Amino acid sequence: MSQAKSGRPSGRPVYIVDGARTPFIKARGKPGPFTPVDLAVQCGRPLLLRQPFAASAFDQVILGCVNAIADEQNPARVAALRLGCGTEMVAFTVAINCGSGMQSIDTAYRYIREGSSDMILAGGAESLSHAPLVVRADAVDFLAAMNAAKSPMDKAKAIAGFRPDMLTPVIGLERGLTDPITNLGMGQTAEVLAHLFHVSREMADAYSVESHKRLAKAAAEGWLTNEIEPMFSKDGELFDHDDGVRADSSVEKLGKLKPVFERPYGKVTAGNSSQITDGASWVILASEDAVKKHGLKPIGVIKDSQWSACDPSVMGLGPVISSTPLLKRAGLSLSDIDVWEINEAFAAQVLSCLAAWNDETFCKGVLGLPGAAGMIDPEKLNIDGGAIALGHPVGASGNRIVLHAINALHRLGKKTAIATECIGGGQGGAMLIEAV
Amino acid sequence: MADGFDKNDLVLKTLRARDEELGPGVKSTAPQPYKNWRVTRDGDNLAWAVLDKQYASANTLSAEVLEELDAILTDLEANRPKGLVIRSAKSSGFIAGADITQFLGMTDEAEVAAQMTRAHAVADRLEALTIPTIAVIHGYCLGGGLEVALACHHRIGVEGSTYGFPEIQLGLHPGLGGTARLTRLIDPLEAMQIMLTGKTLPARKAKSLGIIDVVVPERHVEAAIQAALAGKLSSPKPTLKSRVLDSGPARKLLAQRMRPEADKQAPHKNYPAPYALIDLWEKYGGDFEAMKREEIKSFAHLVLSEASKNLVRVFFLRMKLQGVAGKPPKIKHVHVIGAGAMGGDIAAWVAWRGLTVTLGDVKPEPLAGAIKRAAALYEKIGRGDSLRIRDAMDRLIPDLKGEGIAGADIVIEAVPENLKLKHAIYAATEPKMKAGAILASNTSSIPFEELRTGLKKPERLVGLHFFNPVSRMTLVEVISHDQLDAEVERTARGFAGLIDRLPAPAKSAPGFIVNRALTPYLQEAMAMLDEGIAKETIDKAAEDFGMPMGPIELADTVGLDICLDVAEMLKRELNWAMPDTPDWLREKVEAKKLGRKTGEGLYVWKAGHAVKDPKAAKPDADMADRLILPMLNTCVTLLREKVSDDADVVDAAMIFGSGFAPFRGGPIHYAKARGIAEIKARLAELAEKHGERFKPDAGWDALG
Repeated sequence: MSQAKSGRPSGRPVYIVDGARTPFIKARGKPGPFTPVDLAVQCGRPLLLRQPFAASAFDQVILGCVNAIADEQNPARVAALRLGCGTEMVAFTVAINCGSGMQSIDTAYRYIREGSSDMILAGGAESLSHAPLVVRADAVDFLAAMNAAKSPMDKAKAIAGFRPDMLTPVIGLERGLTDPITNLGMGQTAEVLAHLFHVSREMADAYSVESHKRLAKAAAEGWLTNEIEPMFSKDGELFDHDDGVRADSSVEKLGKLKPVFERPYGKVTAGNSSQITDGASWVILASEDAVKKHGLKPIGVIKDSQWSACDPSVMGLGPVISSTPLLKRAGLSLSDIDVWEINEAFAAQVLSCLAAWNDETFCKGVLGLPGAAGMIDPEKLNIDGGAIALGHPVGASGNRIVLHAINALHRLGKKTAIATECIGGGQGGAMLIEAV
Repeated sequence: MADGFDKNDLVLKTLRARDEELGPGVKSTAPQPYKNWRVTRDGDNLAWAVLDKQYASANTLSAEVLEELDAILTDLEANRPKGLVIRSAKSSGFIAGADITQFLGMTDEAEVAAQMTRAHAVADRLEALTIPTIAVIHGYCLGGGLEVALACHHRIGVEGSTYGFPEIQLGLHPGLGGTARLTRLIDPLEAMQIMLTGKTLPARKAKSLGIIDVVVPERHVEAAIQAALAGKLSSPKPTLKSRVLDSGPARKLLAQRMRPEADKQAPHKNYPAPYALIDLWEKYGGDFEAMKREEIKSFAHLVLSEASKNLVRVFFLRMKLQGVAGKPPKIKHVHVIGAGAMGGDIAAWVAWRGLTVTLGDVKPEPLAGAIKRAAALYEKIGRGDSLRIRDAMDRLIPDLKGEGIAGADIVIEAVPENLKLKHAIYAATEPKMKAGAILASNTSSIPFEELRTGLKKPERLVGLHFFNPVSRMTLVEVISHDQLDAEVERTARGFAGLIDRLPAPAKSAPGFIVNRALTPYLQEAMAMLDEGIAKETIDKAAEDFGMPMGPIELADTVGLDICLDVAEMLKRELNWAMPDTPDWLREKVEAKKLGRKTGEGLYVWKAGHAVKDPKAAKPDADMADRLILPMLNTCVTLLREKVSDDADVVDAAMIFGSGFAPFRGGPIHYAKARGIAEIKARLAELAEKHGERFKPDAGWDALG
């Protein structure tokens, strides 16, 4: 794994002054009502509306998005224009798979910290229901031959090369969730971790039930109302809550599900994996100057961030290898963190992270610690549920967990949080945040 | 440059002037022999005649413009250039049509015909030039403008240009050879459709019909001109089908089919123009010279018809209200409170017109409904312009928390007619509004003297009363009261203009103009129903008079609940001697049989249409007066009470707000045309027969 460069970051303080996300809505087997940019616009409009400054006041707009659609290349720029940020707004899209929404914040953070920007809109948007269908490679060859054929004879020959199965589309999403280096599906990497860290099916299911219950409670208590902005579709449908949550989830129900990635013996099921959803999230980052200029009220300050990498087959350990350097640089231990947001790609993967931190061999050998780092108190981890209950629109999740970590700190009156995620391809991202 | 580019973009703003191709000498200040045309030749000896009508923001065809064109053609014939380009220097478009003021006050058909014959000679002369003639068209190209373009050999349409013959809306048909040239150029059936409907066609449609040769962006205008000069711009030839359709027997058959269709749109006796056009084509189509000759006669006849004069009056009334709107104010953001039928539709319309709209409601469900209706509306009026639709949808922002109030230039309240509710909303809204922002109410019945109590700044409360459906009804009543800031009132009028609506200023008084004048009409219809007259018969009486829809159908369309509310309010506020609301009407409202919106009211409604009994009795001669005269009487009351101090504004409000028979020129105009003394006598007669409510208003004498 790549290791942290030593020393704490220096530069200007960078504040998060506001943020919002859409409800995360389950993909239901057909394209949902919103494209990635639609989601970003639905989320951004109410957020910008409540700011005391104009949409054109940002220096940049940065958006994480993994599956940009053909009609919306560089979705950040399309979103910026549609949000009324003006034609002179610089906007670019970042992609590091499941970390993209956090990558946008981190990039913004660095621009502001070094002094070249004062205010940046950073977000993440993903419409997994719109993930492209990919035409098979042999079909592409066929179409190319058809195009190249000039004479009727050539055309006839080219047509003869057609086979019906060429029409079968390749699900882009499925390919996108498979690591190209190891050809392991993301779910399989969770199977690898479950095996290496002795996570049982029952543990994973129990963890998943808890995720649903926590999210259901947070929604019922109104803890998400200052975070979620409802969406309105063209056909008059209202989306005002995360619709993947199952308050009545139980170990018994989840126990009945079959493994989806490695049959028949695997432990990872649809029930203990994150859901395929559409969603977007934005946060506004500002320098001290911008805060003063516009009279803003910061809600959080970014203290540090870290990206780390390891073998793609164990990508699920991303949170461990990226958060540990943050803790080291800050001189903090696991228990010093009041709120942990570890993105729930898979229950087995989150549980493996916890196990790794409590594993002396791993901590010594991989993290360079003198011994096991210890346990994270479950009451501090994903306290309002996670992606297993509300889904994982890959480009948006990293943004959401930063926003939610700040909101959770405020609700609890606490100070320090880490938001972190594993990233397909063998990486991890983490951000150390304090409430203001 | 791209359609729909951002007008605020610095790069585009800086370079915009470079975009348009106007030939050499655009910047030349050399004296020109013409007042309205700039004629130059470029290095290749291509002549440019650029129309830039003096003292006007838009080009129209006046006698002077045509006389100058005639002189230009004389010059060109003497000293032949390689070709001629005709173009407009006005950014808004090519030529908006003939200058219709030129016929005002004319009474002699022969005089009109003589003038049109002179105009025809110019068009014929342009057509006869043996050098290539090319009309380059941006923006609108309407009526006489299209006729000039049709007399050119080539028509190059710039993207975004629009084409049409709107003469029919003025009770006319094309008069500068358009009927002959268009039926010759394209499928004559399509040509007749265009002229009979008066609809405006987008460039793509004009190209596919063969009206223009090509559609290009401005940046390819020069290349297209060169192609035309080189003979590489082929204009489509009439097809075999067109020629067959233009043959005598086919025309006879088709004309027979067109007449009932036209009658459905506009009854013959009230609107003669469509028939004159169909007759013209049936008799003379296919014979180019005869068609032109007869077009002049028919046109001259129509120009002097009562219907056309009144429709021209309506055109000027529209211009008058556009003038009342004045200069568009700087308003970018509108907040609408209340996502019900009216609020939601106002918000959708304002967003469509390019403003940012936040639509506030305490519940998300009505917001979702409003967004759905907006999407459906945009789909309909957007004509497949998916970018414009997307942008309008993006500008229409549901706002559950009322965050939009703080930044809004105007806040429009459109919640149910409940004073307590409105006061509570104002109390919560006013403190959040920015300095200088306007608070407007869409109330249709609550006096502003009551609405404004409790406001910190009553001087910024104004009425903006929209009509349903907002996207189709062009009127907005702008309501003032004695504490209103004059500047706020002016801005409110300007705002109406900004969103392409017509402002009718009125003082706060029950029902303002339109609802107050309509109510006695509707009430009388109810009284007639009560007497046992069939609803179809009542509606037919009004339709025969020229109303687009009879009073019973109108009541169902507006909603019986709303009609009842307004009637009760007016009776209460004005001590009106109106017949009491029949019990059965009250019962219908209580049973939620409210009209079109519930599927049943006075009529049963199926698929948006009232189910009518075709066997109902024909109305007798008295019925129309019984319905219409109370409306006229009330309009006179409105003027006497100075709710409006301008009879033209009252006429315009009734036409644009209630659809009052346009060919009658408005209620007051109609009364004057029929004779004040006669109207008074009829009212007195009706009062004797049916009751005091018909008593002629004291204001009639001031009009006489």
